[in-house]
Amino acid sequence: MIGNLAVVLFDGFAFGMLLFVLSVGLSVTLGLMNFTNLAHGAFGMLGGYAVVVAMRDLDIPFLLSLPLAFLVAGLVSVVFERTIFRRLYRAGELNQVLLTIGLVFVAAATMAYFFGTGQQPIALPAYLQGYVELGGLRFGAYRIFLVVVALVIAGLLVFGLEHTRFGARVRAAVDNQRVAQGLGLNVDAIFAVTFALGSGLAGLGGALAIEIVGLDPSFGFHYLVYVLIVVAVGGLGSIGGSFVAAALLGIFDVGGKYFVPDMGAFLIYLFMVVILFVRPVGLFGKR
Amino acid sequence: MTVEMTTSGPAATWLKRRSRISAIEIVFWLATLLPFFLFPSYLSLASQIAIGALFALSVDLILGYAGIITLGHAMFFGIGAYTAAILAKHGWGEPLTGLVAAAVVAGAVGFVTSFIIVRVQHLALIMITLGLGLLTYELANSFSTVTGGTDGLGVTIWPIFGRFDFDLWGYTAYSYALVILFIGVLVARRIVNSSFGLALTGIRENSQRMPAIGSVYRTHLQKIYVVAASMAGIAGALLTQTTGTVSLDTLSFQRSADVVVMLILGGTGRLYGGIIGAIIFLVARDRLSDMNPQYWYFWIGLLLMAIVLVMPGGILGGLSRLFGRFVR
Amino acid sequence: MSEGTPVLRTEGVRKRFGSLEVSRDISLALPVGARHALIGPNGAGKTTLINLITGRLKPDAGRITLDGQDVTGVPAAERVRRGLTRTFQINTLFPGLTPIESVLLAVCERKQEAGQFWRRLTGHAEAVDEAFAILKQLRLDDVATRETRHLAYGQQRLLEIALALATRPKVLLLDEPAAGVPKDESAALFAVIAALPADMAVLFIEHDMNLVFKFASRITVLVAGAVLVEAKPEIIRSDPRVREVYLGQGHHG
Repeated sequence: MIGNLAVVLFDGFAFGMLLFVLSVGLSVTLGLMNFTNLAHGAFGMLGGYAVVVAMRDLDIPFLLSLPLAFLVAGLVSVVFERTIFRRLYRAGELNQVLLTIGLVFVAAATMAYFFGTGQQPIALPAYLQGYVELGGLRFGAYRIFLVVVALVIAGLLVFGLEHTRFGARVRAAVDNQRVAQGLGLNVDAIFAVTFALGSGLAGLGGALAIEIVGLDPSFGFHYLVYVLIVVAVGGLGSIGGSFVAAALLGIFDVGGKYFVPDMGAFLIYLFMVVILFVRPVGLFGKR
Repeated sequence: MTVEMTTSGPAATWLKRRSRISAIEIVFWLATLLPFFLFPSYLSLASQIAIGALFALSVDLILGYAGIITLGHAMFFGIGAYTAAILAKHGWGEPLTGLVAAAVVAGAVGFVTSFIIVRVQHLALIMITLGLGLLTYELANSFSTVTGGTDGLGVTIWPIFGRFDFDLWGYTAYSYALVILFIGVLVARRIVNSSFGLALTGIRENSQRMPAIGSVYRTHLQKIYVVAASMAGIAGALLTQTTGTVSLDTLSFQRSADVVVMLILGGTGRLYGGIIGAIIFLVARDRLSDMNPQYWYFWIGLLLMAIVLVMPGGILGGLSRLFGRFVR
Repeated sequence: MSEGTPVLRTEGVRKRFGSLEVSRDISLALPVGARHALIGPNGAGKTTLINLITGRLKPDAGRITLDGQDVTGVPAAERVRRGLTRTFQINTLFPGLTPIESVLLAVCERKQEAGQFWRRLTGHAEAVDEAFAILKQLRLDDVATRETRHLAYGQQRLLEIALALATRPKVLLLDEPAAGVPKDESAALFAVIAALPADMAVLFIEHDMNLVFKFASRITVLVAGAVLVEAKPEIIRSDPRVREVYLGQGHHG
């Protein structure tokens, strides 16, 4: 029982780390530009399909196709950002929500057209399959890989934001756009780059997710709810908040489905509503 | 006093004119009778549209007028639908009291949740409405002994006033839904043309200013939220009663999203936007029913993007720009 | 104080944002009918003080009383209902409403009639008359039915004041009422302010010293969050410290 619990906790944590990679970009971009981008999950899906194409049609190995997912999602997203999204930065949430959810619908149908509505499995390299035995418990190798990747990304993000010039600019812009602009920072360009990085991370998350939750055209929508929960509960613009919220959500979700299968999803939504009721700005949000 | 009355004349006249019933409205309501004569085989669809329109109208009250974005309004629709169904299942199939019960239950849930709704804004608001909607769905799914779970419930509804039976062709269903929709529009009209309606518009236009004119505006928001919840509950109950069944999809996110699409398509904050949107959306879906749902949503997605980018205000907004003051 | 008991009083109000002290121990008293100017260089904490008085911000320490009653913990809307109203430096209006609708809304809120959803708007005849009278007083009657977003900027500034007047304030706080208005128009705007009821206490922030000296009966100079001096205009005019603050700033500008 205790062993079970440990494995479930670990699986939940690994799932949470996947959600972290999927969500953290949205948290930063939302905090930065107040742009409610419901299409964030769709960029995740794009990354997933990029890996499928890379591995299946171009014979690129899994590990090399992951950065490809990051690049494809990041580049495509910045095209949308520069041409369409930027026109709505001051247009109010409703318009942002409508436009981006429209994009999710279009993206889902486009993927269904090209790839069909079925699941897109990929073949993992042998070293990521199977289990690692530890104290008599078996931990999935791929889940360990996930946790490592997420921790590295979290580390890079924190380092990048806290210790680089670009990071300092992003933080200044998040704190106060008008002041940042007054200081001569090109907030526009900062946002475009941040947006590309954030969507790229979503793409990477979508690629990493294939093995855990599968990939089909509804991915952008289905995981949007999880992504938004992480962002809202963690607090806009907070990397630490996203990390904690994602870990909690992952553990609650996997644990809930394991121990109380009938109530699993219910508990997740309840958890979110209660947290947002008590703290409307999220656990670590400032505004 | 009389001097003042005459001096504020132009402004008072203008205010009066804004709430006047226009010729177009009368023509519109006459046109709603056409299906009886022209499309008698589509009366079930027509009653679905009337129900969708009432639901969209309820969303317009909170989203279009008060500016509360909701992605979970199906929760109240579904609660109303199940209230009517469970009543009928337990031996009370009288339709009008069923509607009242649905309005009361949905309104009560609306009242409780309104305390959460007025506390939050922006993303948190979207997530709370979404979360409450999903939560209700899961709850209904879990209590399958009461709700019939994924199978839903089939119910028997008594004739209206003990006389008008729900017929196969939908004459009674459409008449019934149309009358209720008409009453709904009258009520909504009264609300938006009152000082309360003005206050709601004020909140939408600039909620920051409201406290500075002495307005405790959260109370206003709670009030309209309850009204909109009741109205959505009535719409849900209508669906149960006119179709004799209820299923979990009355509570689904899909329904919450569809109703927003209808409203946006028609135009928000105009009372008739949701009705026009419901007509176009539901007729199109009926015509294209053999289309793969994936592609149906491709066009819906494109439509949403187009409305935001090139046609803000939806169809009625576009028309009113075309004709100036003509359509209000 | 010769003018009688103050209608608005702040006692030792303090506020800090992080390490920045934006209000240091501010004590002010406005008697009935005051025309009190609040001046000081940019960043002196003038708007912050108004936010503190009106309840938009919570002071870290100190007391605010209105008519002798402590309102320090009273929510912003309730302070307005008790007669403490402000305008905004940056237009904070209802862009999609017309002036008559905006002012009518404020009147209905004051009369506690805004929640009535069963009565037609035109049924509030007295409120409509009152709203129109306020617009007329501010010479906005000609544009009463034009959407606020389409009004000229100067008219929008007047509507700011109209909205505040509709709450029937005992104390009116005007945050740079003439901000952004051309010089020739700002004098006209201040003529409107000068014509406000004699029993209304008015505190206003203004940068144009000519206007300040013309309309204020008393002046408070705020520097770096603290009151530098408070006195009659004649005294302020010749106060060397005030000269220092303003001339010093002028040299750098």
